[in-house]
Amino acid sequence: MLTLAKNELYRLFLSPLAWIILALSQLILAYLFLTHIDYFVQIQAKISAIPGAPGVTELIAMPLLSNAATLLLLIAPLVTMRLIAEERRNESLPLLLSAPLSTYQIVLGKYLGTFGFFFVLLLMISVMPLSLSLGSQLDFALLASGLLGLTLLLASFTAIGLYLSSLTRQPTIAAMTTFASLFFLWIIDWAGNAQITAESSTLFSWLSLLRHYQSLLKGEVNTSDIAYYLIVISAFLLMTIRRLDSERLN
Amino acid sequence: MSSVLLSAKELSRYYGQQHAVQNVSFEIKKGEVLGFLGPNGAGKSTTMKMLSGNLSPNHGEIIINGYDLLTEPKQAKSHIGYLPEQPPLYKELTVKEFLLFCAKINQIPSSSINKSVDTAIDRCGLSQVHRRLIGNLSKGYQQRVGIAQAIIHTPAVVILDEPTSGLDPIQIREIRHLIRDIATEHSVILSTHILPEVEMLCDRVQIINQGQLILSDTIEGFSQQMQTSSLLLGLTIPPAINVLQNITGVLRVDPVTNTLFNIHYTPDNNPTNEIVAQAATQHWQLSQLTPQQHSLEDIFMKIIRDETQHEEQGV
Repeated sequence: MLTLAKNELYRLFLSPLAWIILALSQLILAYLFLTHIDYFVQIQAKISAIPGAPGVTELIAMPLLSNAATLLLLIAPLVTMRLIAEERRNESLPLLLSAPLSTYQIVLGKYLGTFGFFFVLLLMISVMPLSLSLGSQLDFALLASGLLGLTLLLASFTAIGLYLSSLTRQPTIAAMTTFASLFFLWIIDWAGNAQITAESSTLFSWLSLLRHYQSLLKGEVNTSDIAYYLIVISAFLLMTIRRLDSERLN
Repeated sequence: MSSVLLSAKELSRYYGQQHAVQNVSFEIKKGEVLGFLGPNGAGKSTTMKMLSGNLSPNHGEIIINGYDLLTEPKQAKSHIGYLPEQPPLYKELTVKEFLLFCAKINQIPSSSINKSVDTAIDRCGLSQVHRRLIGNLSKGYQQRVGIAQAIIHTPAVVILDEPTSGLDPIQIREIRHLIRDIATEHSVILSTHILPEVEMLCDRVQIINQGQLILSDTIEGFSQQMQTSSLLLGLTIPPAINVLQNITGVLRVDPVTNTLFNIHYTPDNNPTNEIVAQAATQHWQLSQLTPQQHSLEDIFMKIIRDETQHEEQGV
């Protein structure tokens, strides 16, 4: 399983795609980071007098993490699309299927490998707010909660992408459907906010990937939010396993 | 202990309404090379996929080295090596990296991984290219990497699905050499639609057509089936057809052109000598005398014809 994960990560870094994604997302986020700092410097004088005013972490680090989530929503489908769809297109899936591996090992291996890539991305992103601690006091608990949120969010993106990639042999289709699903789960609570009926709004906002992330960004670590992400991850992984198994049967 | 390494019983597989494979049973013993012969779309690849665990049969069971593929897939799969029609390769890896990965997923203990990778590279003649990217290799070398991948964990049975398709004649010869070499240590199941390949490589032949096994024989028996009982005879000044017809052993004469005849005879009564003698004494000016070989197509047609005749007689 770990062999598979390592191989997946290694092959990802052999393609220019991984490097380009790392470089460009870092570039864009660094630019946003600087604008947030700029903004903070501008208003610093005004808010310094107010007791209990938001600090560096609230005004720079959290908006950055929120931006990063949006950016990753766009990037994740590009990374996950190739996972199974490309193996299918290159007809290299039999290599794994005829090896003494069970389906869950194949799926988890691929999942962990891809998540490993996102984890690298995440570490690079977290370096930016951490660099502020050189000149300022950071609220580490809040930062940790935000990073936990981003990690869980990415883990869910990966699981959803992996499942949709297992449905097709065209990586582009996998990318499109993944993007559409992620985006839909992102905005689904807009209907919730409209509060058409009380019942549907709670359901829709509960389903939203964004809603649970926002509470983590505020520093509220609720079991229900974490449970939501874990449920999404395990549900999509199980569906992927089932999908690969049923392919053998049909 | 009997040395049956793989046995398949009553395998059936449907795609929707279509029967891809129907009631196929066979066994392979240690050190045997079994050839699966059949026209395209006969169910060869489907059978291979089922044997390698890529497809589960709708009916029947597969026992590999004592393990049931359906109930103990992990143990069973560790005893097979599989090369599908399209070699499953990661083209962005070098040959060595790829084989290391294959060794790991086949659960070779880490102490002997390097050794088994080197052995596989050696056996498949890849030592010249093991640092190169698989994507940059020729089709023949890619096929070798595919074979190396299938034998890396020294499985009991190696399953090769049309290993020589799409290669040039020199590459085909090299791959055949390699297969014969592999057969000294492993049992091999080989599918192909090329007749001479079977004659060259296999100990036993099975012919599959429309999902059904229609012939299972040793290579000797198969060669006998291939022996035809007809001659192509060319005479510059031919006699009347009934003169040829009256030669002992001749069953029937089909004129192909004015000077070329197809002579059918009973297998136990070969008239070649007689024809040559008469041609010499009666100045027919013999220009050609060739025993005719059945092509694979003829054999298929013959076997299929026999089958349908049997069925009709049964009715």
